[in-house]
Amino acid sequence: MTQPATKAVIRAEAERLFAAFQAAGAMPVEADVLLPAEVMLDLYGEDIRARAYVTQDPLRGEMMLRPDFTVPVVQAHMADGADPARYCYMGEVFRKQEHLGNRASAYLQVGFEVFDRAAPEAADAEVFALFAGLVSGLGLRAVTGDIGILMAAVRGLETTERRRAALLRHVWRPKRFRALLDRFAGRAAVSAGRVALLERLATGAADDLIAAAGAFIGLRAPEDIAARAQALIEDAQASPIKAPEAALLYDLLGLQAPAAAALGHLRGITPMLPAIAPAVDRFAARLEALKARGVAVDTLAFEASLGRTSMEYYDGFVFSFHANGMPAVATGGRYDALTARLGAGRSIPAVGGIIRPHLVAALKGAI
Amino acid sequence: MLKIGVPSKGRLMEKTFEWFGARGVAMRQTGAEREYSGAVEGIEDVELVMLSAGEIPRELAAGRIHLGVTGSDLVRDKLADWDVQVAELSPLGFGHADLIIAVPSCWIDVETVDDLDAAAAAFRATHGFRLRIATKYHRLVREFLTAQGVADYQLVDSQGATEGTVKNLTAEAIADITSSGETLRANHLKILSDSVILQSQAVLFASRSADWAQARAVLDSLAAKLRLTLPQI
Repeated sequence: MTQPATKAVIRAEAERLFAAFQAAGAMPVEADVLLPAEVMLDLYGEDIRARAYVTQDPLRGEMMLRPDFTVPVVQAHMADGADPARYCYMGEVFRKQEHLGNRASAYLQVGFEVFDRAAPEAADAEVFALFAGLVSGLGLRAVTGDIGILMAAVRGLETTERRRAALLRHVWRPKRFRALLDRFAGRAAVSAGRVALLERLATGAADDLIAAAGAFIGLRAPEDIAARAQALIEDAQASPIKAPEAALLYDLLGLQAPAAAALGHLRGITPMLPAIAPAVDRFAARLEALKARGVAVDTLAFEASLGRTSMEYYDGFVFSFHANGMPAVATGGRYDALTARLGAGRSIPAVGGIIRPHLVAALKGAI
Repeated sequence: MLKIGVPSKGRLMEKTFEWFGARGVAMRQTGAEREYSGAVEGIEDVELVMLSAGEIPRELAAGRIHLGVTGSDLVRDKLADWDVQVAELSPLGFGHADLIIAVPSCWIDVETVDDLDAAAAAFRATHGFRLRIATKYHRLVREFLTAQGVADYQLVDSQGATEGTVKNLTAEAIADITSSGETLRANHLKILSDSVILQSQAVLFASRSADWAQARAVLDSLAAKLRLTLPQI
C-alpha cells in the first residue's frame, strides 16, 4: 500500500510530465478504467491474462482493469480522431504481478501518442527527443531499436511463403523465432517426433489417415487437418535457407552498437540482403531527424532485437530508458499495424510512449 | 497445537490416512460417516482439519494450517512463487498424475507442441478466434505455453469433465491431469508427445507463513515419527 504522502509526490511528478506533454502540443484524453476484455485478449492473447486483472460482469461479460492506455486511445482516435493528432493521458494502470516482491500492481502512467501520416521518422525523433528531455538528469541509459528492419529481413528471405509467415508470426517470441530459424536454416536436426509424423503421413492419403484415427470430433475440420498435413510434407521437401542468408539474419538478431555505427553496419550488409534497404533508409532518416533534435546518435545505444516481447504491437522504432534495479522508467515505439487491427479497415502510422512517474520520483529521491 | 489439513474425502483421504497410519500416526474421521471432522492418535497436540484438496494450497499460503496434504499440481497452479510460500516435506507416493495437453486423435498432423502452435495459427485464420484449450490449471498451462512460445490460443475454464469439451465443441484441445490415459482415449483424444507440463503426486507441505511458535515442537516430534528430514521453513 502506497502512503498518501508518497502518492501526492508521485501525482505531482505525473502532473509535471502531463503538463509537459500538453506544452508539446498534445490534447489530453481520458480512457475508461474498466475495458471490455475481448479486444485486449484478441490483441495480446493469453499472456495478457497473466498481467491484467480480468473480472466477470454479469451483464457485460469479461472486463479488464486498464493494463495500458494505448489500446483505448487508438480506438478513440480511429473512431473520430483528427488527422494528424497528438494525445496525452495520465492515469492509473493495473498489472498483476506473478511473483512476490515490491513491483507495483497499480501505478500512474503518463503517455504521449502521435498519429501522423506525413513524416514517420520525424515523429519518431520528436517523441524520443521529448522523452529524453523529460527524463534527462536522472542518469538513465537510453536504448533504441527497430523491429521493422528485422521484419523486412524476414520478408526478403529466399524461402517459402509459409516459412516467412511462420517467422514473422513469432518475431515477438525470440526463443520460438530462433528455433524456427535454426530448423529452416538446417542448423537444427528435425525432431524425432516430426520424423515419425512425416513417416506416418507418407503411408496414405490424409482423408484415409483421419478416418483410420477413430471418431472425428472437434471444430477443426478435416480439410484443415489435411491442408496442414500437406503443408508439412511440402515443408519437409523445401530446401533450407541458404547459409550466407541465414548468417546475415543471425548477425542482425545479435546486432548491438551505437546507432551511427549500427547504420554503417546495416548499410554494409544491405547489398547481400536487399529487402532491408527501405527499412535501413528509414533508420537513416530517423537518425538524421534525431541529430537535428540534438540527440547524439554516435553514442545512442541501438539493439536490433529490442522490443521483441510478448506484448506484440511494436513494429518499427522502439526505445526505452533504464536505471539499475527497476523496470524501464519510460518506454515507447511505433505501432502502425495496431492501428490497422483496431481501425476496422483504416490505419494510420502511430508512435508514442509512456513514463512511469513513480520511478521518476524515486530516482529524484522524492519518495 | 499443530493444524494439519488433509483431503476431506475419496481416495486421496484414504491414502493419506494409510500413509500416516503406516508411520504410527492414526488419522480417522469422527462423528457421522459424512461429517467433515477428524481426529489424530499416536501424537499429542495435532489437530486434523478436513478440507477440499483444492483449498489446501490457499489455507497453507494464508498460514491457517501448518501442514497440508495435497497434489503438487494444485500448489504450483494456485500459488505464485509457491516455494516461497510453502515447503515440501515429503512426497507421499500416491496420487500420481501428469498434467498434459491432449488433442483429438483425428488430428493426424499434430504430434507435438510445435504442431499445436502451427495448428492454432491456421485455426485462428480460418475461424476468426483463438484455438481454445480447456483446463482448470490456468497458471501452469499458460506458463508452459508461454515458455514454449505458443501463440494464437486461449484458455477456457473447465472445472470438470474436461475431456468432453472437445466433442461438445466448447474447446479444440484440453490440458488436464491423467494417470492411465484411459479417459482421454475413451473421449477420442491423444496426448502431445512433448507436453508433460508437470508430473504430480500427493505431497506433505508445510506453510512458511503459519505461526510456528507453539507448533514447532510438535512438528519436530511428528517429523521424528514420520522419519522426515525437515527443510528450512
